[in-house]
Amino acid sequence: MAEVEIGAVSKAFGKTQAVVDLSLTIGDGEFVALLGPTGAGKTTTLRLVAGLEAPDSGSVRIDGRDVTSDAPADRDVAFVFQQYSLYPHLTVFENMAFALRAPTRRLPEAEIRAKVEQVARLLHIEAKLHSKATQLSGGQMQRVAIGRALVRSPSIYLMDEPLSSLDAKLRGEMRLELKRIQIDLGATILYVTHDQTEAMTMASRIGVMEAGRLMQIGTPREIYENPVNAYVAARLGQPMINLLPATLFAGVPPGVKTIGARTEHLAIARSGGDVSATVTRVEHLGDQSHVHLDLGGQPVVTLADPEARLDVGDVVSLRLNRPLFFDAAGGRVAA
Amino acid sequence: MAQIRVEALNKSFGEFHAVKGASFTVDDGQFLCLLGPSGCGKTTTLRMIAGLELPTSGTISVDGEDVTMNRASARDIAFVFQLFALYPHMNVRRNIGFPLKCEGIGAAECDRRVVEAARILRISHLLDRSVSTLTGGDRQRVALGRAIVRKPKCFLMDEPLGALDTEMREAMIQELRALHDRLGATTVYVTHDQLEAMAMADLIAVMNNGVVEQIASPRDIYDRPVSLFVADFIGSPAMNFLPFRGSLQAGAQAIRLGDRDVAIPTAREALVESDLVLGVRPEHVRFSDSGMVRGEIYGSEYLGTTQIVTVTTPYGALKARSPASMPFRIGMNVGLDFRPDTLSLFDQGSGRAIRTALHEGGKHG
Repeated sequence: MAEVEIGAVSKAFGKTQAVVDLSLTIGDGEFVALLGPTGAGKTTTLRLVAGLEAPDSGSVRIDGRDVTSDAPADRDVAFVFQQYSLYPHLTVFENMAFALRAPTRRLPEAEIRAKVEQVARLLHIEAKLHSKATQLSGGQMQRVAIGRALVRSPSIYLMDEPLSSLDAKLRGEMRLELKRIQIDLGATILYVTHDQTEAMTMASRIGVMEAGRLMQIGTPREIYENPVNAYVAARLGQPMINLLPATLFAGVPPGVKTIGARTEHLAIARSGGDVSATVTRVEHLGDQSHVHLDLGGQPVVTLADPEARLDVGDVVSLRLNRPLFFDAAGGRVAA
Repeated sequence: MAQIRVEALNKSFGEFHAVKGASFTVDDGQFLCLLGPSGCGKTTTLRMIAGLELPTSGTISVDGEDVTMNRASARDIAFVFQLFALYPHMNVRRNIGFPLKCEGIGAAECDRRVVEAARILRISHLLDRSVSTLTGGDRQRVALGRAIVRKPKCFLMDEPLGALDTEMREAMIQELRALHDRLGATTVYVTHDQLEAMAMADLIAVMNNGVVEQIASPRDIYDRPVSLFVADFIGSPAMNFLPFRGSLQAGAQAIRLGDRDVAIPTAREALVESDLVLGVRPEHVRFSDSGMVRGEIYGSEYLGTTQIVTVTTPYGALKARSPASMPFRIGMNVGLDFRPDTLSLFDQGSGRAIRTALHEGGKHG
C-alpha cells in the first residue's frame, strides 16, 4: 500500500469542466470516499488516478513517484467498476487468479492458490471457488469482482460505486464487510459514491464534490457536524438538514441569512419553545418517525420518537439548540 | 376518483404461478404500495389492474364496476413506468399534452390542462425545453405530468423512481407524496424498496412468491409483522433473529434463551417444543453490563444522528441502533438487553408469527 497524492488536477471534456484544480492526499491505509451527485466529477477524478484519463494540468503521485504520464498498467492500481465484468467461461478461482497469472508477474502456482483462497475466505465465497462465474448471484459476482482486485495488493484500490448494483440488504452487509477487510488488510482505497450512507459508514475521510470542485474533506463526523457551507451540510444527514430563513427566529447573529437545523438541533414540545409550527404529515419509518411541519410557510422535517403521539394538525413548539448558521452565499458563519 | 377491489386474483405463466389468490381493497384516495423482492408477483398484479395482463382467475373492480376483462384503454387509469418513456423529438409541452391529443381533446382545453399539470409539478419553466436536455428528476416529472394531465380515476406506478440516484429519489419521494395529498387520486405503487413504501404509503401489501403475506399500515407492518419474511424485508438494518428451541404456554411472559429468562409480550397461544425465533429490532437492543446476551463488538457504522453497532454473539451477529455519541471499540465485550414489549416470536418451520399481546396493540398509524 502507498500514499497517493493528487496535485492541482484539472480536466475538461470539450466545454465541460469535469474536475477543477483538485488537490487531495490519500494517506497509506486510508479509506477516502468522494461523495457528490451525478456529474460532480467523482468518477473522472478516479479515472485520472487510474490513468484512464490524462489531466489537462496537475499531477498524480503514487508512493512519491510521479505517474501522471504513466499508462494504467504501470501505475500499480486496481480498479473495481460498478458493473462486475467477470469472465463467464472461467470459474471463480480462475477469475480471481487471472491477474496474478499475468505473464509479467510469474508467481508460483502455490502462492496464487494461497492468495486466492485467503481473499475468498475474507469475502465469504470460498465455497464458490469452483463454480462458474455465471452460476453466482449478483452479490456473489460483485464479491468476486472485489476479490479480483484484492488478490493483487496494489498501491491503491480505486472503486467506482461497487455496491450500487446490489439490493439494499446486500449493500448493507457488504458495507460492513468491505470496511472490515480494508482495516484487516490496511488497504488504501479511493471510493466513489453518491450514497451518503456508504460514505459515512465506511470512509476514514469524505471528500464532498460539486461541479468538479472538492468543497470539503474531513472525517464523516467533521463533515456532518462542521460543514463549511450549506451545500455540504445538505449532503449528509437523514432527514436532510432544514435550511430556514433567519427571519423566522429571534436572536440570530448578524450576517446570517439561513439557519441550518438538523433533527438534533430541533427540540419539539407541546409548548414553551421559540416558535410554533403545525404538523402536516407524520411518516412512520419504523424505528423513527419523520415529522413534517409547517413553520411560517416553510417546510421542516425532523425526527420524533415513534411513541410521541403527534397527529396532523397538531400545533407544536420548536426550540433551536445550537444550529448551524450560513450567510447569503451559503458560507458558514460562526455561532 | 375510485375504489379498486381485487378479489382472489390468480395469474399463471405456463407452469409458473406468478400471483396466488391476491385479495385487497384500495379505498378512494388511498395510496397502496405493493412491496416485495423481484419475482414476487407485484408487477404482474399491477399489470392486471391496468389491463395489460389478463388474470387466470379472479376479479378486479373499479368503483364497483367489474373491469376484469376490459381493455386497458377502457379502464380510465394512468400508468407511470420506471423508464420515463418520453418522446425525444417533442418538447416538454407536447410530451405532456400527447395523451390528450390522442383522445381528440381541443387545442385550447389541451393547453389549459398541460399548463395546470406543469404548475402542479413545478415544471412550468421547462415547458418549451427539449426533453433530452432534462435531468433524470425532471424527466420523471414530465412522465408524471403525462399521467396527471388525463385526470384518470387512479394512478398505477411501477418503480417510477428506480432509475434515479439516491438524493434525487429521496426528494421525489416527498414530491410524489405531496402530489398525492394535493390530487387525492387512488394510487397503486410497485416497489422493491421498503423505505419508499414506508415513506409514502397509507397501506403496504408485502408480497412473497406470489402471495400477499400482509397488508396493513406502514406502522403495523413494522411493529407487528405476521411472518419472518415480512419482519426481515421491512426495516433497515433488518430485524435481528435469534434462533432457539423452546416450548410456550398460553399466558407465558418470558422465554428461556440459553440459561436466562427473556421477557416477551404475553403469549396468546401454546406451542410444544419446536424451533423458534426471537425477533428484535436494532433500536430495541440496549447495551447493559448485566445484559442477558454477551458478545463482542464487530464494527460500528456512523450515521450522523445514530450509529449501527454490530455485535458478534452466540446467536449470530446482532445489530443495535444507538446514539452516535456512544463510544465503541472493536473487540470490546458488551452485554445486550432487549425491550420486552416490542419483541416478536416466530415459528421457524412455518415462518409465521406466534400470537402475543404485541398483536393487540391496535391498528393505528
